[in-house]
Amino acid sequence: MAESEEERRIIREMESLNDSKRKIDDQIGLLQARLVQIRQNNHSTKTYGNELSSHDIYRYSRHLLLPSFAVQGQANLLNSSVLVVGAGGLGSPALLYLAACGVGRLGIVDHDVVELNNLHRQIIHNEAYIGRPKVESAAAACRSINSTIQVVEHKEALRATNALEIMSKYDVILDATDNAPSRYMISDCCVVLGKPLVSGAAVGLEGQLTVYNYNGGPCYRCLFPTPPPTTACQRCSDSGVLGVVPGIIGCLQALEAVKISAKVGDPLSERMLLLDAMSARIRIVKIRGRSQQCKACGDTSPLTRQQFEEFDYESFTQSPLSTTPLKLKLLPGDARISSKEFSKKIKDAEPHILVDVRPSHHYKIVSLPRSLNIPLPSLEDRLPEISSALKKEQECRGLDSGSGTGLYVVCRRGNDSQRAVEYLHKMGFSTAKDIIGGLESWAFDIDPNFPTY
Amino acid sequence: MQLTLEFGGGLELLCNSVKIHSVDVDHKVGEEKVQLTMKDLLAWVRKNLIKERPEMFMKGDSVRPGVLVLVNDCDWELSGQLDTILEEKDVVVFISTLHGG
Repeated sequence: MAESEEERRIIREMESLNDSKRKIDDQIGLLQARLVQIRQNNHSTKTYGNELSSHDIYRYSRHLLLPSFAVQGQANLLNSSVLVVGAGGLGSPALLYLAACGVGRLGIVDHDVVELNNLHRQIIHNEAYIGRPKVESAAAACRSINSTIQVVEHKEALRATNALEIMSKYDVILDATDNAPSRYMISDCCVVLGKPLVSGAAVGLEGQLTVYNYNGGPCYRCLFPTPPPTTACQRCSDSGVLGVVPGIIGCLQALEAVKISAKVGDPLSERMLLLDAMSARIRIVKIRGRSQQCKACGDTSPLTRQQFEEFDYESFTQSPLSTTPLKLKLLPGDARISSKEFSKKIKDAEPHILVDVRPSHHYKIVSLPRSLNIPLPSLEDRLPEISSALKKEQECRGLDSGSGTGLYVVCRRGNDSQRAVEYLHKMGFSTAKDIIGGLESWAFDIDPNFPTY
Repeated sequence: MQLTLEFGGGLELLCNSVKIHSVDVDHKVGEEKVQLTMKDLLAWVRKNLIKERPEMFMKGDSVRPGVLVLVNDCDWELSGQLDTILEEKDVVVFISTLHGG
């Protein structure tokens, strides 16, 4: 369905208005920051028995009223700095609370842009920021909540080459990333720099939280000296995630960071919190202490700055630091067709069977017409269904058996379809081909209205 | 011996998506009941509960890297890992560490 002239005109007008709005917002932001600075300078000499200004006393009064937090806790918080790595599902609520509660300097690292399918859980971003850097969006939200703190934007991917420089400027680090190599890298960097690390993770309906490298406690490598196999690393973009689950873990990360920064309470070190949202259960378990044999923080040969900078985290964990989806190449070119070629076969009414090997709950989201859903794990058991579908197609078309009925396999991105075709070839379906790039390429090249997820 | 076994962080997918299993495990040498260790339990779990991809649960005679084992809410590193001796009504949790966010 093409856009009408009217739709295009409205979109153009909205874009132009949004542009102006952004410029005005930027101007207001600058003026606001200037005003705050002037007011702070005016009041900086004037205190009332402690180091908090009149503004601070009123803004943070509910903290000051807590006997166990009080003026000293708030003053510690205002003098502290926290770096949040990742402005996604975990980082969003964490940043909102850290900005609101008055962490003196708040850093945000992220290299991604806001996408529509982030918004159900990455609650710091809104529709107006789709397509723009997450760091800009998150920083603007933090500043609009609290213009009196310093918000620092690090619009880059965190790597072993820049991590020391960025992380050294902060007192507490929050790991709100989404992949294994980043988790090892951030933990190692915290060990080298001697910084506490508040680590949260969430996938599906479960979350985990702990504090590493705090007060003689273990680091990430003490717990996980060997990286897991890549197949064991679930990602939200594949396995899904209920929006509120990272929300809860992100809030708890903010809480631990506040406790550490304010120097109150008992941070979650040598303990781990496990959240199972489906059964509404939270368990807090005791985990091992620092390991003397740890390759990062152990006594024998602690990690040096140089070793850290030269360490290849991607090859160590066999997975990339960024979350670009895997693109396998298992099949020779003649065992694959593009979505364009496949769409031509449909147009030409060539006899064929299309097998969709995605899980059935994916198939229910969207599927191509006349496709047969056989999820990859059940392919072995359901080969007879493919044989009979091929036979039926031949009979319907009045073809002799053995004549050219195509067998095509599709999945979401074109990886599982290759695995399936490899197996089908082995089982004697020698003409099976997979559709390169899967349904995503169908949506991109053939039907822009075909839903993607 | 009555035990409660729990699987989480995606490991439940290896046992028909069931997270909590109440099981009765006895370790015998001949006719005589002997102490059950975590090593024995892992072999039992692999044989009786893991329905697919055992390599996602075990490596050698221990769990694969990235799996935390908790005996009565306590890291098994603190109780002797594979040599941990289990007792009646113990709760053993196997949880795969998460990386997403």
